Amino acid sequence: MTASPAASADIHTTLSPGEQLLQVDDLAVEFPIRSTILRRTLGTVQAVAGISFDVRAGETLGLVGESGCGKSTTGLAVLRLIEPSGGSVVFRGHDLSRLSPSELRPFRREMQIVLQDPFSSLDPRLTVRSILAEPIRVHQMAEGKRLRERVDELLELVGLRPDHGSRFPHEFSGGQRQRIGIARALALGPQLLVLDEPVSALDVSIQAQIVNLLERLQDELNLAYLFIAHDLSVVKHISDRIAVMYLGKIVELGTRDEITTAPRHPYTKALLSAVPIPDPTRRGLGRRIVLQGDVPSPASPPSGCRFRTRCWKAQAICAEVEPTLEGSSTQLAACHFPEPGLLDILPASHQ
Amino acid sequence: MAVIGSEPSAAPLLSVENLHVTFHGDEGTVQAVRGVTWELRSGEVLGIVGESGSGKSVSVASILGLLPSPPAVVSGGPITFEGRNLLSLSERELRAIRGKDIAMIFQDPMTAFNPVQTIGHQISEAIRVHDRGVKRAAARDRSIELLSLVGVPSPAARFDQFPHEYSGGMRQRAMVAMAIANQPKLLIADEPTTALDVTIQAQILELLEVVRRETHAATILITHDLGVIAEVADRVLVMYAGKVVESTSILPLFQSPRHPYTLGLLGSLPRLDVNMETLFSIPGQPPDMAHPPPGCAFAPRCSLSRDRSLCRAEEPPLIRVGEAWSACHFVEEMEHEAEVVSHEVGMDIRVGES
Amino acid sequence: MIRQDGPGEGLDLDAIVEASITAGEETISEMSVDEVAARPPRSPFKVAMRRFMRHRLALISLVFLICLGLVAVFAPIVAPADPNAVDLTSLRSPPSPGHILGTDSAGRDVLSRIIYGARVSLTVGVAAAVSAAGIGTILGLIAGFTRGWVDSVIMRIVDIFLSFPSLIVILLLVAILGPSVITIVVVIAFFEWPTSCRIVRQMTLALREHDFVLAARAGGASNFRIMRRHILSGVVSPLTVVATLLSAQAILLEAALSFLGLGVRPPQASWGGMLNEAQSITVLEGMPWLWLPPGIAIASTVLAINFIGDGLRDAFDPRQTR
Repeated sequence: MTASPAASADIHTTLSPGEQLLQVDDLAVEFPIRSTILRRTLGTVQAVAGISFDVRAGETLGLVGESGCGKSTTGLAVLRLIEPSGGSVVFRGHDLSRLSPSELRPFRREMQIVLQDPFSSLDPRLTVRSILAEPIRVHQMAEGKRLRERVDELLELVGLRPDHGSRFPHEFSGGQRQRIGIARALALGPQLLVLDEPVSALDVSIQAQIVNLLERLQDELNLAYLFIAHDLSVVKHISDRIAVMYLGKIVELGTRDEITTAPRHPYTKALLSAVPIPDPTRRGLGRRIVLQGDVPSPASPPSGCRFRTRCWKAQAICAEVEPTLEGSSTQLAACHFPEPGLLDILPASHQ
Repeated sequence: MAVIGSEPSAAPLLSVENLHVTFHGDEGTVQAVRGVTWELRSGEVLGIVGESGSGKSVSVASILGLLPSPPAVVSGGPITFEGRNLLSLSERELRAIRGKDIAMIFQDPMTAFNPVQTIGHQISEAIRVHDRGVKRAAARDRSIELLSLVGVPSPAARFDQFPHEYSGGMRQRAMVAMAIANQPKLLIADEPTTALDVTIQAQILELLEVVRRETHAATILITHDLGVIAEVADRVLVMYAGKVVESTSILPLFQSPRHPYTLGLLGSLPRLDVNMETLFSIPGQPPDMAHPPPGCAFAPRCSLSRDRSLCRAEEPPLIRVGEAWSACHFVEEMEHEAEVVSHEVGMDIRVGES
Repeated sequence: MIRQDGPGEGLDLDAIVEASITAGEETISEMSVDEVAARPPRSPFKVAMRRFMRHRLALISLVFLICLGLVAVFAPIVAPADPNAVDLTSLRSPPSPGHILGTDSAGRDVLSRIIYGARVSLTVGVAAAVSAAGIGTILGLIAGFTRGWVDSVIMRIVDIFLSFPSLIVILLLVAILGPSVITIVVVIAFFEWPTSCRIVRQMTLALREHDFVLAARAGGASNFRIMRRHILSGVVSPLTVVATLLSAQAILLEAALSFLGLGVRPPQASWGGMLNEAQSITVLEGMPWLWLPPGIAIASTVLAINFIGDGLRDAFDPRQTR
């Protein structure tokens, strides 16, 4: 699966929905822990500890988990904005981890990122027009009048007007800046967008605008999303499938209905139950599982199952054997004692 | 002055009348709070919801005189707490109340604690500052007791640790311990769980419930999260552009919202428990508070207003509608509007109406 | 500028204060279509300039310096006399209609020498600051952007330079190389670049962590492009402030060197050199027109530059001052 620039020409064609676009296999990312003075390497933190998933054309895979679980690192490693320490990221048959920076460049056109912080993600000294034009210039895809038209088109695509282009980021509100960030990600006409907490810095009413925009763009442009967020409600709303991460591992992977109605992994279950539901009539129904303690440090994760220190179902085996992500249906869980999944609880007629 | 949502008989613990807060900057004046009136009874949990810039935090910070002046100018009032007008008190008198009768829990416990002093020392000091008669040893015992009450494991050992040695959730617990150290009558929690992960948030919300049972303190909970409100509040104020637009008990807020902004918020919230076809999108942006629009500040974004001239011309007063208070000219159309929005998002957003 | 806005505003007093400072710099609201169309875009540069214009002291100082600069450029036209013309009939004569500021010990017109001296001071100030800032920027960018061992080497060199008693070394160097304007500029720049290098490195380290750099990399931009387009432009504003202050320092250094007789060669006029001639008690007590004008010239120029520096700093980062 090695790729030469010539061989990568085939990646720019469109895939039909459902075809495999991205295949991540056993991806790992390590960060060295350095002493502050001498910068000696004292050890490593495995921020992402061997995870596998795939993204298909036109679908949204939600990657959800709490802070420090490695979800954002995963997003950056997929785009090789951080160097993975192991595993492979295969985009339409090409293993990105083996490519040189110049070989990687054509792939940048197909995989783009939208970042969380709408204030830090736009260069305050450039006009919106030059921010949007930059990737197009870098890839020499258009110039002059055609470049201008393309930028106008991008602005309109995300609900802004062409005359906004001559303005500077500080003249826009948070939601509008996030629209600009999305427009920049779309500038090269990508097939996959990594959305790293794209709405978590926004107020509820603005968040809804951006979520609706992302859904519309997905339909219009046949985009695939890797949607990374900590807010399960948003992830549930936008995703087709959901992967739940805990301490550098995927603990459960399934369709959104499987994950949200019949979680198999105890962590997924606890996470779902912890989300406050805007319905006061359901108050005090005793459905909440409050996990004890905090997430352990990724520098010294627990042996065996990483969740066992906070799990109410943990047994001796959980400390010894690391559970693998498995299941009979599409719903995979990494647990020695999983709960019944959606297929198990649905009456046979529904299957 | 109309008093919002009060029982005629019960004397309120805290009442705020016609509060205004403006910030005077080099390039103009921001009207952060524009005439807010509400009250709080003993033992009650009052939720204040609103988005960034709605004035919810500023209005509460002005209660304790916490706003830097200049640039802030607080006017209107009075703010009455147990019969005393807080706005007329000196800084010294306010200090005696802060941390004693009224305590605060902040969003970011990392900045609320002094990083170079142990957590235990800071809680002990919080006790001793209001009661010099307490001996160091007694304050230490009391602090350890408090840490244990809020669920900090091995509190005696944790007493001597520094803030950075606590995890985020633990720090928030320690802040709750410090807040309740002097058995306050009123606890103000400003986005107490916003910086926390959802599983830790669940722990802290549960803790606040325990604290409330133990101390019987009234609580003001400021948050942008209607889910959190639904879990803990008795009564809710919805703020928009420096004003209260709706004030009601918790159930009616979710069952029959009386202001189109509340309705829009409910419709734009993705739900874990129900499948929605699409999110309701409130168009546009919140107004610039240096130049608030004339008439109803929400009118330019309102689905109910439909550009009717009354909305742009006249500021709607907060009027009583059944049990609730609403600041909308066309509040009688809200039932129908709720149906329209419910139809659009593909689920009935009115709780208990499905 | 680093801004972090969470979903709920919380009780963030900084944010509140900032909101009041930036009041009036409202964002474009989607409703006010006509307003938006009517208003010209506000570049960060324009916004900073507007703030600068409100800084009265800085503005006055700027006008003063511009006048001084014009006087220096057009010295031959402005000056009442040849600065080196010796008038043996009036040695050390007090101010008179013929010599407004009097004459010095060689009978030269003091006012004319002040005017010509401005040429030296301003040239040294500007040239030394620009070259120091230039060297500092290049090395600071490289250090901050590459990090690792390159960074370590450059920063150790900076440390060494900053630990020198620079005035003594400058004196030595000038003595060895022989005094001239060029020597002075080179030597001062050589010892002042580390200050700007540190600032630029620090800014680079901060800027490279911004998400827009990540986004540019995701867009396929090369390191060189990122450095040129995103980092350098962000470094310019703090660098301007530093360079301004450096030029004030350079002017002071030049004056000190000339005062010690190591400045520009006589008879060329320079403010420090004029002070040098006024060392005796008799002059100090009885002939203030010999030392007061150059003293005031140096002090007011340096003060004006420092005020401009303050104004620029406030203009570029309004939060720093409160």
